[in-house]
Amino acid sequence: MLMGYSLGDIGSIMAMQGFAGLSLFSVFLLMALGLAIIFGQMGVINMAHGEFMILGAYVTYMTSQVFTTYLPSLFAIYFFVAVVLAFCVAGALGMLVEWALIRHLYRRPLDTLLATWGLSLILQQVYRSVFGAREVGVDQPEWMMGAASMTDTIQIPINGLIVMALTAVISVFVFLLIYWMGWGKRVRAVMSNRAMAGAVGIDTEFVDRVTFGIGCGIAGVAGSAFTMIGSTSPTAGQLYIVDTFLVVVFGGAQSLLGTIASAFTISQARSTMEFFLSGSMAQVIVLLTVVGILMLRPQGLFVLKVRR
Amino acid sequence: MATDAMLKVTDLHAGYGQSEVLHGLNFSVAPAEIVVVVGRNGMGKTTLMKSLIGMVPVRTGTIELGGTDVAHMKTFQRVVKGIAFVPQGRMIFSNMTVRENIETGLFAHNTPTVPPDIYTLFPVLQEMKARRGGNLSGGQQQMLAIARALATDPKVLLLDEPTEGIQPSIILELARTLKRIRDERGLSIVASEQVLSFALDIADRVLVLEGGNIVHEDARADVDEEKVARYLAV
Repeated sequence: MLMGYSLGDIGSIMAMQGFAGLSLFSVFLLMALGLAIIFGQMGVINMAHGEFMILGAYVTYMTSQVFTTYLPSLFAIYFFVAVVLAFCVAGALGMLVEWALIRHLYRRPLDTLLATWGLSLILQQVYRSVFGAREVGVDQPEWMMGAASMTDTIQIPINGLIVMALTAVISVFVFLLIYWMGWGKRVRAVMSNRAMAGAVGIDTEFVDRVTFGIGCGIAGVAGSAFTMIGSTSPTAGQLYIVDTFLVVVFGGAQSLLGTIASAFTISQARSTMEFFLSGSMAQVIVLLTVVGILMLRPQGLFVLKVRR
Repeated sequence: MATDAMLKVTDLHAGYGQSEVLHGLNFSVAPAEIVVVVGRNGMGKTTLMKSLIGMVPVRTGTIELGGTDVAHMKTFQRVVKGIAFVPQGRMIFSNMTVRENIETGLFAHNTPTVPPDIYTLFPVLQEMKARRGGNLSGGQQQMLAIARALATDPKVLLLDEPTEGIQPSIILELARTLKRIRDERGLSIVASEQVLSFALDIADRVLVLEGGNIVHEDARADVDEEKVARYLAV
């Protein structure tokens, strides 16, 4: 029965695919968090978000190369250095882009869409020129390569666990930043009413720049996590941007909790179905379901109930 | 009076795009004085308020606050210098709680906590501090908007049509509160208004704005109510 698998096998497959889905969930979530805070605050749809992720992946790749060549004794911990570097490099580029490009295009959504798309093409070509068109993979230290055996038939890869832990830390950080620290009050005030936020003494341009930087930095971290589950190529970011938009829209653009719930649903559904169907069929089913749900509930999964 | 004015506006021109709305306004506001700008719809009251706070760019002219020209500063810099704004329609951050709304005003001077005298002025906000701003009634939102403005510790408080959409009993309370704020804090208040009774209730001086010019100006004691009312008649 069940395409030749026994019930026990099905259970194990579901568990392992579910876990593979969690790794995918981690990357989606990190991407979507960055995209959601940028879109939520500035109304900017950043088409180059995938390229910021790939920048993080290349930074991770370079860090691993540097450690292999100059610091082989410390190779075991290179990944954590790479994550910090990826955040800083992607964040710095993000702030530069906001300053040079995005801030001139506020309140012109179609122009930002085009401009950031152009930026994504430029970045792709830069990656191609610098790193070559071929995919690069990073070597992982030995302790991250193994798998933890939960039962005889269920094996959980350790690097997946690390990626998930990383995602959890970043998500908690974003939550605290937005809902607990003073900075978050500025961000939410700007989100709510930009002109009025300025009129209570908030430097909205500075808030925008930092938020864009943080969003892109988190995409960079997503890139570091991405190197654990896939190989890096100049165009790999494009494959993720559509899914990430789907996650953000499905979750409700104003709600971080919604973003998490929708990233979880979409990645789990895809990962579990991919085992039984082809990848593109899984994608099609997920897309159709999301489109169906959005037709019934255009505001997304989670919305705050207040009078406007 | 001109020498020790808290706010001094000289030859202020402002507008949107190609069209100029304010054609060279001159007026000044003394410390602890309440000036009310009256005029019909479309005469430039809101544009005046927005150009004072910096939401509408100033073409030419100066806005001196305690001797410093702020006319070409960004909005948030003017707030740091001491101008606070209560906009028409209140513009509460509706997704944030009442307390968070007030706290957004604290960034201007990096004040760590909400000064207790704000809650003394508006006890209702203390009771409702965990509610979302968007779920308050119109009158409560108006108090919240004033509290938020006071949290920036201003020298000059601007209010754009504070009585709009508020029930009459609350309007009386609002007038008392504004006078109390002026008396306790010694700050200057500039309000725009269409309701003449409210304007005359709080004003020390009344300016009439028509077609982007100040066409009439009177101290409260000298106001010819009928004459001002004629400017407001439609």
